[in-house]
Amino acid sequence: MSLLRLLRRPRCVPMLNFGLGMTYLTLLVLVPVACLVLRAANVSWDECRRVLATPDNWAALRLSLTQALLAACFNTVTGVPLAWVLSRYEFPGRRFLDVWIDLPFALPTAVAGIALCGLYGPHGLAGSWLARLGIQVAYTPLGIWLALVFVGLPFVVRTVQPVMLNLDLSQEEAAACLGASRWYCLRRVVLPELLPAILAGFSMALARGIGEYGSVIFIAGNIPGETEILPLRIVHALEGYDYTGATILAVAMLAVSFALLAVINLLQRHRRA
Amino acid sequence: MALALLALSGCGGEDSSRGRRLLNVSYDPTRELYQEMNAAFVAQCESEGLKGVRVEQSHGGSGKQARAVLDGLEADVVTLALGYDIDMLSFQGRLLPGDWATLLPNHSVPSYSTIVLLVRSGNPRQIRDWDDLVKDGVEVITPNPKTSGGARWNYLAALAWATRKYGSRTAALEYLAKLFRHVPVLDTGARGATNTFVRQRKGDVLIAWESEALLAQRELPDEGFEIVYPSLSIKAEPPVAMVTLGVQANGTRELAEKYLLFLYSDAGQAIAARHFYRPFRPEAAQPQDLQRFRDLPMVSIAAEFGGWMTAHAEHFANGGTFDQIMAARNAATP
Repeated sequence: MSLLRLLRRPRCVPMLNFGLGMTYLTLLVLVPVACLVLRAANVSWDECRRVLATPDNWAALRLSLTQALLAACFNTVTGVPLAWVLSRYEFPGRRFLDVWIDLPFALPTAVAGIALCGLYGPHGLAGSWLARLGIQVAYTPLGIWLALVFVGLPFVVRTVQPVMLNLDLSQEEAAACLGASRWYCLRRVVLPELLPAILAGFSMALARGIGEYGSVIFIAGNIPGETEILPLRIVHALEGYDYTGATILAVAMLAVSFALLAVINLLQRHRRA
Repeated sequence: MALALLALSGCGGEDSSRGRRLLNVSYDPTRELYQEMNAAFVAQCESEGLKGVRVEQSHGGSGKQARAVLDGLEADVVTLALGYDIDMLSFQGRLLPGDWATLLPNHSVPSYSTIVLLVRSGNPRQIRDWDDLVKDGVEVITPNPKTSGGARWNYLAALAWATRKYGSRTAALEYLAKLFRHVPVLDTGARGATNTFVRQRKGDVLIAWESEALLAQRELPDEGFEIVYPSLSIKAEPPVAMVTLGVQANGTRELAEKYLLFLYSDAGQAIAARHFYRPFRPEAAQPQDLQRFRDLPMVSIAAEFGGWMTAHAEHFANGGTFDQIMAARNAATP
């Protein structure tokens, strides 16, 4: 009993937690990333410019970013109501639905890509129907977006849901008693509480979308300059024995993702302050 | 069989299993071929009193597989889609001597294939030869030559035909540029492209290894796929080699040599023919297997394109003709 209390005391071994955390993080994340950056450090600027100025690489970067952004936005707009339904309503099959949300986490991304491609392909169940309306999904940027929506779905729901469950209902009741409309209450009472979680979910979905490879390559046409995502350009460079090109692209991708996440973090801090 | 293998691998200790395990790093569409080849090789070893031999196989895009070996995958034997990938193992990694191709018969190519056109039942688009691929509305499926060995053979076969047909290299490249405007999907490997054509039913024509086309025909007889032999194709030669550094580290030199020679043996040649590869020594194969291959004029990589190093630098390296074609395509279609 006393041992437990000792362990629980915050400053029992002051730097141990920090040390363990840092070592773990260093081994798992920082060292590989540092290797990448070190490798890039040997590369001349001219080489960098050559690789980044290649129109196909440029187009791939733009495509990856736009589709990841669009998918993350869509997942936020649909994910928040979904989390709301799951945390505020009791209905038959709710638990079942709740488990389904995690499926994109668990399913191998290649399987997801093939399944989506089968469904939305030109002869698929949904694809043939959409084709009659003149909408082609598979092998177009729309297909990439769809795959990213699929893999990004759980991020927003799973970050927002626990915060919703912990919302203090009495605040909403108080707002209602003071005459606030439902819309006003949602906007001024509920959303501000949820916003950090929504932003966190959004940024995770975005980060995942920029780096996603497995599910996308099956449904994207992989045509250079049109439907080729940046991770695929990296794979191409590697398979062409162009390690330098691959490194430059990887570092560029890292920098862009990092910058985006930093901006989102800053926004979040700004709101709290 | 699998049980017997398990039992064998289970009873051998660390020492006795040393030198008895081979890793064959191969390219994409050879899974079925080497499954049977390896089983036959193990059986032959056992009949000669060499127990506990295991051959493991790894498959993927040819370039990716070569890179894995360069990065440290301890392969004893590589059987890749094209000589260039084995050249890279030699030049970049010094894993085997530069003259590897001369160490085995037929410049280290035990069996070869060619590039053909696979079309849907009844050939609705009336595809007869390469020039039909650029007719209005025809969709062509071929993998990306940057990543797929098979796709490079496809590209060079089309180029060889077009050079003869249109009289100059420039005109031939124009034909290729037109051809790639008919390609809606570029898969990373040959098997991926086959799946896009066969399972997703995308496209009117698949440019493929003859072995892959015959396999698709056999696996899905109801689809009624038809093979169109173009008026000119290329001798698509996937070479094999022993990874000198790998077998030194693994102590498997003797077994690896035995394995590679088995590919040239009567049994090995017959298995290759059964799996739709044209054997180097057709006399060793079953006549009914050989009947499936049709004679057609083929160019060779050495005579037509000056070998893989030249062909790669000219067409598939960064800024090569393939990159130029794709850049022009994007400029044309905003």
